[in-house]
Amino acid sequence: MGKTLQKIKVSTVNEMPKNLGKTVTIGYYEIALFHLANGEFRAIENRCPHKGGVLVEGIVSGDHVFCPMHDWKISVKNGEVQKPDNGCVKTFNVEIEDGNVYIVL
Amino acid sequence: MAKQKLALIGNGMAGVRCIEEILKIQPERFEVTVFGSESHPNYDRIQLSNVLQGATTIDDITINDWNWYKENNITLFSGETVTNIDTTKQIIYSDANREVQYDQLILATGSIPFILPIKGADKKGVTAFRNIEDCEKMIEYSKNNKKAAVIGGGLLGLEAARGLLNLGMQVDVIHLSEYLMDRQLDPTAGKMLQRELESQGMNFHLGKQTQEVLGEIGVKGLRFSDGEEISADLVVMAVGIKPNVQMAQNCGIPVNRGIIVDDYMETRIPNIYAVGECAEHREMVYGLVAPLYEQGKVLAKRICELDGKAYEGSVLSTKLKVSGVDVFSAGEIFEDEKAKSIKEFNEWNGTYKKVMIRNGKISGAVLFGDTKESNNLLSMINKNADVSEYLKVGTSGEPSVSLVASMSHEEIVCGCNGVTKGDIVTAIESNGLTSIEEVKGCTNASRSCGGCKPLVADILELTLGAEFSELNQKESICACTTLSRDEVVAEIREKNLTHTREVMNVLGWNTSDGCSKCKPALNYYLGMIHPVEYEDEKESRYVNERLHANIQKDGTFSVVPRMYGGVTNPDQLRKIANVADKYNVKLLKVTGGQRIDLFGVDKEDLPKVWADLDMPSGYAYGKTLRTVKTCVGENFCRFGTQDSIGLGIALEKKFERVGTPHKVKMAVSACPRNCAESGIKDLGVVGVDGAWEIYIGGNGGTHLRAAELLCKVKTSDEVIEITGAYIQHYRETANYLERTSVWVERVGFDTIKTIIGDKQKRIELNQRLDEALSVLQEPWKEIIESNAIQTGLFQKVKIPAISNK
Repeated sequence: MGKTLQKIKVSTVNEMPKNLGKTVTIGYYEIALFHLANGEFRAIENRCPHKGGVLVEGIVSGDHVFCPMHDWKISVKNGEVQKPDNGCVKTFNVEIEDGNVYIVL
Repeated sequence: MAKQKLALIGNGMAGVRCIEEILKIQPERFEVTVFGSESHPNYDRIQLSNVLQGATTIDDITINDWNWYKENNITLFSGETVTNIDTTKQIIYSDANREVQYDQLILATGSIPFILPIKGADKKGVTAFRNIEDCEKMIEYSKNNKKAAVIGGGLLGLEAARGLLNLGMQVDVIHLSEYLMDRQLDPTAGKMLQRELESQGMNFHLGKQTQEVLGEIGVKGLRFSDGEEISADLVVMAVGIKPNVQMAQNCGIPVNRGIIVDDYMETRIPNIYAVGECAEHREMVYGLVAPLYEQGKVLAKRICELDGKAYEGSVLSTKLKVSGVDVFSAGEIFEDEKAKSIKEFNEWNGTYKKVMIRNGKISGAVLFGDTKESNNLLSMINKNADVSEYLKVGTSGEPSVSLVASMSHEEIVCGCNGVTKGDIVTAIESNGLTSIEEVKGCTNASRSCGGCKPLVADILELTLGAEFSELNQKESICACTTLSRDEVVAEIREKNLTHTREVMNVLGWNTSDGCSKCKPALNYYLGMIHPVEYEDEKESRYVNERLHANIQKDGTFSVVPRMYGGVTNPDQLRKIANVADKYNVKLLKVTGGQRIDLFGVDKEDLPKVWADLDMPSGYAYGKTLRTVKTCVGENFCRFGTQDSIGLGIALEKKFERVGTPHKVKMAVSACPRNCAESGIKDLGVVGVDGAWEIYIGGNGGTHLRAAELLCKVKTSDEVIEITGAYIQHYRETANYLERTSVWVERVGFDTIKTIIGDKQKRIELNQRLDEALSVLQEPWKEIIESNAIQTGLFQKVKIPAISNK
């Protein structure tokens, strides 16, 4: 039957500068992993629904990232594109354990 | 209750627009099925000429992508053509043997290009200009062929011709009439247009009728009825369109030129409607976008069974989409005994205006060269305004407010996105909007071409009254604050603020972390105010500046090493060639600023590429001095009076890397022939015998502006001193992202001239600039030497496919 969830170690908390993203590819998934100003980690699909812009390179403000291509504003918490644009980006769960960062797939 | 079945034949702008309107009104009422012969989702056909001209891509002109259909539960059969409709049983049949039942049916089959019935019209290399395939065909042809002939000097033909020029072809335009765009322009404007396009490189054959396409299998040329022949490898026919009504006619739906509809877009068959180019309303067939929107709105209400206004026809208006040419035409354009005109013709500036008056009412207009008035005029024509109103507007100085006031709520303000005045007023009132930016964010008005911005501003002013003019006095740096640039800078200085987060906290930002506009701006202001102490925040930089390379649409980067003054040598060229080979660089391109751009480098490879190049960063991505373009100058050129290369290199070495509000470009020419194009640079220097002229505030970008002569000096040291003062004054007083051309106009050229002319001020400005320059380091080198930066910013994490347990 279906697959079980896996926790995959992708980085350490120390290696991730705040308010910046890191590109993580796991198999065919390309994920943008963000270390937010408040210390949280968030992971979303690295592809803006507009024209496929690489979100990992966007400017991060609070819970949002601004696509570097055409400035779409996207929530890194739920993947939702903010008005007036529409769309949604896939999100992934992130877990932190002993200073390691895991993405759950 | 089962949903009603709504079918649409024709997946183009008109039909889909109407579906959008219906979804807005009653999203749950219908089960929608769409048939489209083309295998693309719905795209903006008007923009095809921009695709051909290279201004945009096919992806960019998609209006509704595949997802949109999915999200709205619309069944789309693309690449499928409807062959028959049983109007009694209400069933549609397609060429894929599909049968679809409908309760309501919209025909939006558009139109088909008219192909001249001449000998040879079926030869290989003859194309229309109507859809994406035509566009792709022309692009393909341009790769291996030189000569194109466009038959038709109307709107579409000229746009196609401009595109073919951009693709590097020689273009002949053949037109039946004695002047261009004779349906929309009068002879005066038509001739002005011809001169302008000739200067762009088009070649015209006017008053010529094409008789035959020459060639064996492929096109070789054209023969005209007077016997003259020209050679051509590609022939584009842009002589007009005709409504696509064959299928409707075969099914017994009454057709004249187009499918006959009443004021509610109903055909004469029950439950069947038609919109767009295939429809004929009051004996008019429209081939433009604004009428489709109006028709779509009326029909949407009809289908949803709401009472709505009848469609009473549209005023035709036209704008030519050819870069460098502003042409507008609307309503009637020819004088007769009853219709008089007001004309203004300025041959020197190349502008022409004609306003038509019939029975004392504004009935049409032609504008050439300056089309600022087009929105106002169109609105007056639409509401049949009195000539006295036009004349009043012309002299009162503040015309537009009254104009906006008299617009009805249904009138479209933003033609690109179909936003009405009513939409904007409602958005302003219900969401408390106070700025154009907010209106843009909320309604999409003025988001595309921006042409309606002045109207949006007027609607804001009208809706908010006195409140607006107060708010409008100052422009805040972004939506996170109400403070202006000057206030923020003053507060940073006064309170000695040192971090972006601190500025946001202390100055009461309404977001905790700012946005993509204020973060880079604050980072710049802090760095400008505290050049030595401030630690640049990488996370507040746009990606290009953070990674010191230019991001491209596919997520790879391009790299430009510095070549001072545009001078290089065999060693550098060899190094660049080797790097290009080693890292599989996809494109090597000489930039407009005389340097070499290496495209398609992966983010992770950037530090290695820089290390191998072993050259300084050319800052092709930076808000800083980009390049100093130079001509050959006195050592080689017959005319050069000065050492332009030497001065260019000196300027570039002195001022490289320092942060500025926006990019800064310079040029040095050694004689008034100005081969380095100093007249359109932020700072341009022109050498004349025994002196240097310094020009400022020029721009060759979207808003072309000629630089103004600031002063004339004797020595290159003086040039450097003046330049330093100028750059620093710009650094200290411009808004972030304000080019010098805009800054010079806002602050005033004379004010700047006075400050730079003051010896004492000049010294102080240079001292502050030197302080800022003293701490800068070569960024590529810094990154190559720092493992921490490489890990944090450039390294990716790669994990092979996970196993499925």
